[in-house]
Amino acid sequence: MAEVALRNVVKKYDDVVAVSSINLDIPNNEFLVLVGPSGCGKSTTLRMIAGLEEITAGEIVIGGEVVNDLPPKDRDIAMVFQNYALYPHMTVAENMSFGLKLRKFAKDEIKARVDNAAKILDITELLTRRPKQLSGGQRQRVAMGRAIVRNPKVFLFDEPLSNLDAKLRVQMRTEIKRVHQKVKTTTIYVTHDQVEAMTLADRIVVMNGGKIEQIGSPNDLYHHPKTRFVAGFIGSPAMNLIPAKLETNGSSLKVRLSDNLSFPVPENRAARYRGAIGKDVLLGLRPEHITETRGANGASGNSHEFPATLDVVEPMGMETMVFFKVDGVEVCGRVEPTAAKGSGETMLLRANLDHMHLIDPNTNRVL
Amino acid sequence: MTAATATTPLTRGVFGRASLKRNRRWALIASYVFLIVFAIFFLLPPYYMIITALKSDAEVAHMAHNPWIIAEGITFEQFKLLFTQSDFLIFFKNTAIVTVCTVVITMCISVLAAFSLGRMKFWGSGILATGIFLTYLVPDTLLFIPLFQIVKSLGLLNSYWGMVLVYPTLTVPFCTWIMIGYFQSIPKELDEAALIDGAGQMQMLFKIFIPVALPGIIAATIFSFTVSWAAFVYPMTFLYSADQQVLTVGTVTSLIKADVYKWGMLMAGALVAAAPPLIIYAFLMDYYIAGLTAGATKG
Repeated sequence: MAEVALRNVVKKYDDVVAVSSINLDIPNNEFLVLVGPSGCGKSTTLRMIAGLEEITAGEIVIGGEVVNDLPPKDRDIAMVFQNYALYPHMTVAENMSFGLKLRKFAKDEIKARVDNAAKILDITELLTRRPKQLSGGQRQRVAMGRAIVRNPKVFLFDEPLSNLDAKLRVQMRTEIKRVHQKVKTTTIYVTHDQVEAMTLADRIVVMNGGKIEQIGSPNDLYHHPKTRFVAGFIGSPAMNLIPAKLETNGSSLKVRLSDNLSFPVPENRAARYRGAIGKDVLLGLRPEHITETRGANGASGNSHEFPATLDVVEPMGMETMVFFKVDGVEVCGRVEPTAAKGSGETMLLRANLDHMHLIDPNTNRVL
Repeated sequence: MTAATATTPLTRGVFGRASLKRNRRWALIASYVFLIVFAIFFLLPPYYMIITALKSDAEVAHMAHNPWIIAEGITFEQFKLLFTQSDFLIFFKNTAIVTVCTVVITMCISVLAAFSLGRMKFWGSGILATGIFLTYLVPDTLLFIPLFQIVKSLGLLNSYWGMVLVYPTLTVPFCTWIMIGYFQSIPKELDEAALIDGAGQMQMLFKIFIPVALPGIIAATIFSFTVSWAAFVYPMTFLYSADQQVLTVGTVTSLIKADVYKWGMLMAGALVAAAPPLIIYAFLMDYYIAGLTAGATKG
């Protein structure tokens, strides 16, 4: 177990900058998730920490020691790969013990560690099988077992659930969280799936274009995004981003979405947004903050009701997603299944503006 | 719509085209016809070899008999003569020594070369890999001229150890090429996992890559064995005394004297000489095919 720090770490492939001067401090025992779209540099960052990629500039520190020039085997890390990377000619037990044998551990110690890891992961009965005799989920458990037996300073996961089907992915997600609760080791986990990031992480690092967009707890990122990218990336369905104009409304403010639709800005936010009066902005509102008007759902002093003609209605069981257009821009709301109208019908919806965000379209920063 | 109308378009096209089932039947018939013709064509020489080896000299020389059948009964006389009255066993021993040495040398060089060219990316590795394959395209009927000078300068003319030196020029390039394809088809995460587990390059090669690439290695081994066992041009050029000669050239030169062909012994010799490659192929055919296929379809 150890803390990990990245200081101004840069990775370039010839003239292409894959990772652009990132700084990151990961305390001991933390479960940190690097999340972002394909090509954002998250896997490259992980591979640099692992020692599988050389860094172009900067410093990587593991457990207080600068490891820039150390080979992977001397960094005391363990990594779980997307495609499991199990040795196909070895049994599960041999796969798990391979690293320990290379490090000349005593046979008794190896057996004890393998048995313990197998017990944690519930794969004891698989120890004599070869990887080709295992299902995807079992292979992923073995790959985790191979990491656990080493008892390393840091666990690295590179999109470990991407090859699994949706149901198994949810199961394994819980499994990984359970294992981290048992084996409290600093963990860095890479994924492009924001649901995985939200459910697993103590802290999430959102990356985009080789840079860190925002670091924070899952709730922090969800409720207080700092950039347009984070606002749009975190959350499923994504946050609605509707072009609007900030106007004065007597002593207060309002956001005008179209000629016949505007929302009042809550009083407690007026001072914050005053600098943007008269400017074009993006109104950010999550689907769960556009609800039916019936009942107390979303009702507060800062909610605003408006009629909308529904384009598409998607029943999801416990909720129904309704899609409608505001000045040509598609907007999504989330309503009670029994309250939803049919497509083509007009429905009265309520926007909960206590959760609104205004984004400057020029800087893409949340105001 | 009734079941009959629903199935009509499936069995016969609207323009009266033949059904898929009928097309497949004709394709199968054509396949079998050609396969049988080719099987007969390729099996006739070995068949002739076997029945001639089992005939007496008198029957072979008897022009009135049908040459495709054994008319006067099976005899092992030709094998007895071959083993007792010719240098066949010396040729066999020399060939075995040369082949085993060539296979060992080839595999040592090829596996190491393929591992470095296929997995350890370095400047010029792609050009080097192509260059190695290009050397395979130079035929031995051209190479033997410069090789003659080299073998002579090393004092290895008329020594089967000279063959151990020159045969790898035929086997190493192709075996390296096969192995490069095979090593490249192994996911890169496997060596990364091994690196993180603490393996060095040699441990990675011996503990991970060689076991995983075993089908490819067996394919390369069979190839180098076959080439060494059946080589003709080099021994014909570099060896001229019976005690150093190998099977391919020795059998022909010792059993054909001027215009006298000892057909029975020649065929018995050919049969015995063909046995080791046949046995090896029979046992390792699955590995051989898997190895070649994996090398061909990288990824």
